[in-house]
Amino acid sequence: MTKEEIKTTIKETIYEIAPELEGEEIPEDDNIQRSLEIDSYDFLNLLTELNDKLGVEVPESDYAKVDTVANMADYFAEHMQ
Amino acid sequence: MSIFKMPSLGADMESGRLMEWKVKEGDRVKKDQVIAEVETSKGVIEIEVFEDGVVDKILVKPGTETPVGAPLALIRTEKENSEDLLKELEALQGTALKEETPASETPEEASAPEEKMEEEAERRIRVTPVARKRARELGVDLEKLASTIKRKIGLRDVEAAAAKAAQPAKPDGMRQAIAKAMSRSNAEIPHYYLSTSINMTPALSWLEAENSKRSIKERILPAALVIRAVVKALQAVPELNGFWKDDALQVSDAIHPGIAIALRKGGLITPALIDAQEKNLDETMAAFRDLITRTRSGKLRGSEMTKQTIVITNLGDLGVERVYGVIYPPQVALVGLGRIVDAPWVEGDALAIRKVMQATLAGDHRATDGRTGALFLDKLNQLLQKPEELL
Amino acid sequence: MSSETTYREAMREAIRTAMQEDERVFLAGEDVGRYGGSYAVSMGLLEEFGPERIVDTPLCESGFTGAGIGAAMNGMRPIIEIMTVNFSLLALDQIMNNAATLQHMSAGQINVPIVIRMATGAGKQLAAQHSHSLEGWYAHIPGLKVLTPATVQDAHDMIGLALADPDPVLIFENALLYNAKGTLDITLKPLPIGKAKVEKEGKDITILAYGINLFKALEAAETLEKEGIDAEVIDLRSLRPLDDETIMASVKKTHRVMIVDEGWKSGSISAEIMARINEQAFYELDAPMGRVCTMEVPIPYARHLEEAALPNPAKIVAMAHKVMEDA
Repeated sequence: MTKEEIKTTIKETIYEIAPELEGEEIPEDDNIQRSLEIDSYDFLNLLTELNDKLGVEVPESDYAKVDTVANMADYFAEHMQ
Repeated sequence: MSIFKMPSLGADMESGRLMEWKVKEGDRVKKDQVIAEVETSKGVIEIEVFEDGVVDKILVKPGTETPVGAPLALIRTEKENSEDLLKELEALQGTALKEETPASETPEEASAPEEKMEEEAERRIRVTPVARKRARELGVDLEKLASTIKRKIGLRDVEAAAAKAAQPAKPDGMRQAIAKAMSRSNAEIPHYYLSTSINMTPALSWLEAENSKRSIKERILPAALVIRAVVKALQAVPELNGFWKDDALQVSDAIHPGIAIALRKGGLITPALIDAQEKNLDETMAAFRDLITRTRSGKLRGSEMTKQTIVITNLGDLGVERVYGVIYPPQVALVGLGRIVDAPWVEGDALAIRKVMQATLAGDHRATDGRTGALFLDKLNQLLQKPEELL
Repeated sequence: MSSETTYREAMREAIRTAMQEDERVFLAGEDVGRYGGSYAVSMGLLEEFGPERIVDTPLCESGFTGAGIGAAMNGMRPIIEIMTVNFSLLALDQIMNNAATLQHMSAGQINVPIVIRMATGAGKQLAAQHSHSLEGWYAHIPGLKVLTPATVQDAHDMIGLALADPDPVLIFENALLYNAKGTLDITLKPLPIGKAKVEKEGKDITILAYGINLFKALEAAETLEKEGIDAEVIDLRSLRPLDDETIMASVKKTHRVMIVDEGWKSGSISAEIMARINEQAFYELDAPMGRVCTMEVPIPYARHLEEAALPNPAKIVAMAHKVMEDA
């Protein structure tokens, strides 16, 4: 899976969790929670879904490394190998 | 025996639209069973029946807007016939029904109210051809439109409805309901406010360690831990959990904290996390998760809309440090939780940086004094210092 | 190069030009020569073109219409004038059984390029045998074309269009229009047969009319305008073929339609138009269609009764209100 494909998967999952964002552009370099009004509950759901889809479990201690879509894609790309 | 009525799912709800029956006539129902879905300004709510029995008659068809208190169905215990119920129903609906319902022994013959309703419901909606076509293009629900427009529906009506729907979604009904309740609260309830700083480092460290042992699906959010702590604190200080009714405090044994949950499209709902006192931390987290999911997908139950004994508001996600809430009558308290921030903290004779949260209590001064509130906040603080006991 | 003239003179000018340009063209009918035509359309043409081309006929519609058909079959371009549409019934056998059918029955070998003009309509107190509007009947017949010039421009242009057409063309001239004044521009390219014309654009309701009722509809539209109803008025111009395209386009715009027709309602051209709108634009309608037609009586002689029987602007306005309110 390329990094672009991972990004697409992340964005699709965000749309699933927050359907009201449908049709809006998701910025890749802004903080996911703050820019998209995703709360901690949504964020946990996002990571749970991505765990199912990509098989990578993000420990809480790594939350700082997955704060933006771009960083999250990097993190997943690294850990999927 | 009872008449199942449109429940009041909030202090200022005036009517609801019956969306779906989950039961049919003749079905046996158990207390607390969800038997219908009602659409209100707060979304679709599942409503439960309050006693065991048999659905004798369904009086309202799906899609009908019904005022609070209006009969929806007749529920009887299995031995009863429906004669008494019909009498009661007549009293509720006025004398008109009586003329159409000759006194009868058999339930079969006592179907006049239903027939009358069917006639109403099946009245054909008159829509002009172009209005019908345009409604399909614009996704306008003609059935719904017909409930507000009694004459023939024309192109202009459809386009007006679509234009209205296209405006940014404003939960007007909900806003107004909140406005009324909050005005009443501020006018009637003499609030007092107390606030305390809680060192959350022990709780969060413990939680992090705990979560690192768990799969992602079993992880616990700090919010769930705090809810659990509030519930335990309320068990120690029960005077804050209950209602002010008839000039007296009625303490509730069950703790049903209303959890303030923001809706994605604006508005806020505080559905009850039912019987929180019976739930351990994992169960609290599961219930919390379930509640948020159902709130945001519009699948709450009637009891969750009405049973709150206290409200917990957590605006921490938005970066707010202190929350001074307004009590939702007839409740007598509201717990506000702020953002957890890194702050200087004195431990012994050293200064350290700790995760600190401001917990605020809004209390009804008619029901309790500041001392009760202070006891509660102190207990809450103590509980959060020993998070392992919250499991 | 436009000038102010009358319907009658515009028509005469068109006939004169056609006769000057094409020696196959001739005019025949009752009193068209020495009398100058019952409605004075051909006044002066006998002097100009002589009795061989401006032919006074006996009072025998079937005979002279049949003669015209025969001449047309043999290469001539006859213009036959019938005094009123009521009398054309005497020639109906010729028109329907010969003019309209011969091309078909000869497998395309024989064309009948005849032009038959006749006065139509009421309003001159000529009673029930001289006042009817039967153009809708003729529009029933395949093989014919039915034109209803309303404007001075069309009174002129339709003579040329009809003569240029290889098949029989009937022109219905409302008798009250002969004195009507209007602008004529002989340099304009005529709007083809089968095209309706939007005389006044509007967005709220479509009023379809032809002949003299175009002007009643326009007058009604002015009244409606003052009330804030923006009516679109369309001159049908041709009843066969009907311009479905223009009609449906307008229905799609306004979603409300009414028709003004001097014929009787039952089995009329207005009924046909309604049926076509139903077939082709049902899903564009926002109200039941309306129509203003002549009362279903033989046209009365008494002036007040005759007026009461006919469409007028007040009746058109009232029907427009009904169609607009029926929502």
